[in-house]
Amino acid sequence: MRLYIRKILVLSFFVFTSSFVRAELSIEITGGTEGATPIAVVPFGGSSPLNLANVINDDLSHSGYFKTLPEQDMLSRPTTEANVNYRTWQALGQEYLVVGQVNQELGKYTVQFELFTVVKGQKMLAYRMNVATNDLRRTAHHIADIIFEKITGRNGVFGTKIAYVTTAGGKDQKSYRIQVADADGYNSKTVASSKEPLMSPAWSADGKKIAYVSFETKRSAIFIQTLATGQRQKISGFRGINGAPAFSPDGSQLAVTLSKDGDPNIYVVDINSQSLRRVTQGNVIDTEPVWSPDGANIVFTSDRGGKPQLYRVSSQGGPVKRITFKGTYNARASFSKDGRKIAMVHGNGGNYQIAVLDVSSGSIDVLTEGDSDESPSFASNGTMVLYAAKQGGREVLAAVSADGKVHQRLAFVGGEVRDPAWSP
Amino acid sequence: MKLNLNNVSTVLVLTSLLLSGCSSTDEKKDEFVDTNAGIENLDNGVNTAGVGDNALSGSELNGENSQGDGQGYGSANGQYGSGRNGSNGGKPVIYFMYDSSQVQEEFVPVIAQHAENLKASASQHVIVEGHGDERGSREYNIALGEQRAKAVARMLTMQGVSDSQVEVVSYGEEKPAASGHDESAWQLNRRAELDFQGQ
Repeated sequence: MRLYIRKILVLSFFVFTSSFVRAELSIEITGGTEGATPIAVVPFGGSSPLNLANVINDDLSHSGYFKTLPEQDMLSRPTTEANVNYRTWQALGQEYLVVGQVNQELGKYTVQFELFTVVKGQKMLAYRMNVATNDLRRTAHHIADIIFEKITGRNGVFGTKIAYVTTAGGKDQKSYRIQVADADGYNSKTVASSKEPLMSPAWSADGKKIAYVSFETKRSAIFIQTLATGQRQKISGFRGINGAPAFSPDGSQLAVTLSKDGDPNIYVVDINSQSLRRVTQGNVIDTEPVWSPDGANIVFTSDRGGKPQLYRVSSQGGPVKRITFKGTYNARASFSKDGRKIAMVHGNGGNYQIAVLDVSSGSIDVLTEGDSDESPSFASNGTMVLYAAKQGGREVLAAVSADGKVHQRLAFVGGEVRDPAWSP
Repeated sequence: MKLNLNNVSTVLVLTSLLLSGCSSTDEKKDEFVDTNAGIENLDNGVNTAGVGDNALSGSELNGENSQGDGQGYGSANGQYGSGRNGSNGGKPVIYFMYDSSQVQEEFVPVIAQHAENLKASASQHVIVEGHGDERGSREYNIALGEQRAKAVARMLTMQGVSDSQVEVVSYGEEKPAASGHDESAWQLNRRAELDFQGQ
């Protein structure tokens, strides 16, 4: 059955290959490219249905680490090392240069590219890969990842995905969707759609599943959906709140918020057995659980001290320890992969902004300047935080570098967009 | 200095937008293709789709229609007394102060009247929907909305309505009655709505 579906999908893909390539989210850098490294990615030689250099240029410039050279400023367009004249690129102030070619052979493509340091006049790496037509865009992201990693020493996240919630239509005709797209906003696909609210998409650590909250029965319920097949499993549909799902790092458990026993508290569901373990107690609001990357602890939002703050508890339950002390509102934690930092919503004089907490020192850096920023989500390489913002009364997504310098906006073409989650 | 660099980055963005606009041959409208492959419709009201590497997105199937919401949010409604008492598509609405789940005095008689009606008709069921404004995080607002709904539900049951007649659901900030982003919208969104079933 699975194979059969795959075949249909592959066949359909060739038929409709051009129909959903456009970006649903358009990315615009809104500030802070100081210190970005100049790099020239020359249009690739050969023939390809996709301009790979464009995709690579966009990825690198959106990262904030690179300033790419516009094509019209290029004095030559080499496609192999033999045609590279380093002095030309030095004169243009470039530090790095990428050239490549795409060749079609027997229904697939051969992509090769080379990366040079212009300053030293040396080749840094060269790759050759065989690619199916429908993988050209993914290959371009992969090339951007390779270049990013070689130069910065950090993993690239250009091949990752983002999940988010869109709404369209007026009050009477509202439609909610959970979407998944490439990190550059292209290739968007609908995971679920409903006339009732959908919220809180969360990725499994292997990137294959999404947990989310649906009000489709006019009551809340939590589902886990396998992205490849669309199959889903109802995890929780208790009386009261079923909210804020978060996969454990090993993928076997889901932390959730339930109010079935009174006030909202944190519980952990074993996904296979569906057995339930209560992690926090008390007649207070406890919600928005996230797992520490080692799975040992859960950080959550609680008003047990009066105003919402972040607290930590063992994922087995036990004593609760407050971890935020600065400001009257700290909520909605998102861990960096190394566990050292937590992005969160920080209330700041009536405004809500994205801040990063240094877990060991307790210090806070406020990264954004909006009045209604929420739902932060760390990129897996720790360089960026994706979040939801309001701009001119519209819900948009935005991203900020972890040092607060580079700001981007991702506007949704078809309506409002919110509740982003960056894939592992 | 910052301004200059912003200009530079704007130019870069515009340039890359132009480049992507001019030179790509494969960029067409974002259409959702429905092949029904990998799509399962497990429940009324929601449509799910497979989105594997080669999977196609699902187009909207026929979901359950949501109840139409009427106009006139927060408008005076004589049936429930004077003042800020309102209704949302026929559903009575109780409004709350910022960051509060305390029922304001003006709504006490409104709730008392509904309690009497529910007691007189034991087969009737009401869902108390809790809502909040958009400020702060979404799941926390779900919790705040539940506190509001529970405060109203508690007033109903304290006046003799059976527990089995009352259910509480919180939508947090997900279903605003007013779509603005200022206090005039927020005060209409901090509310509990009484959704009578089987009327």
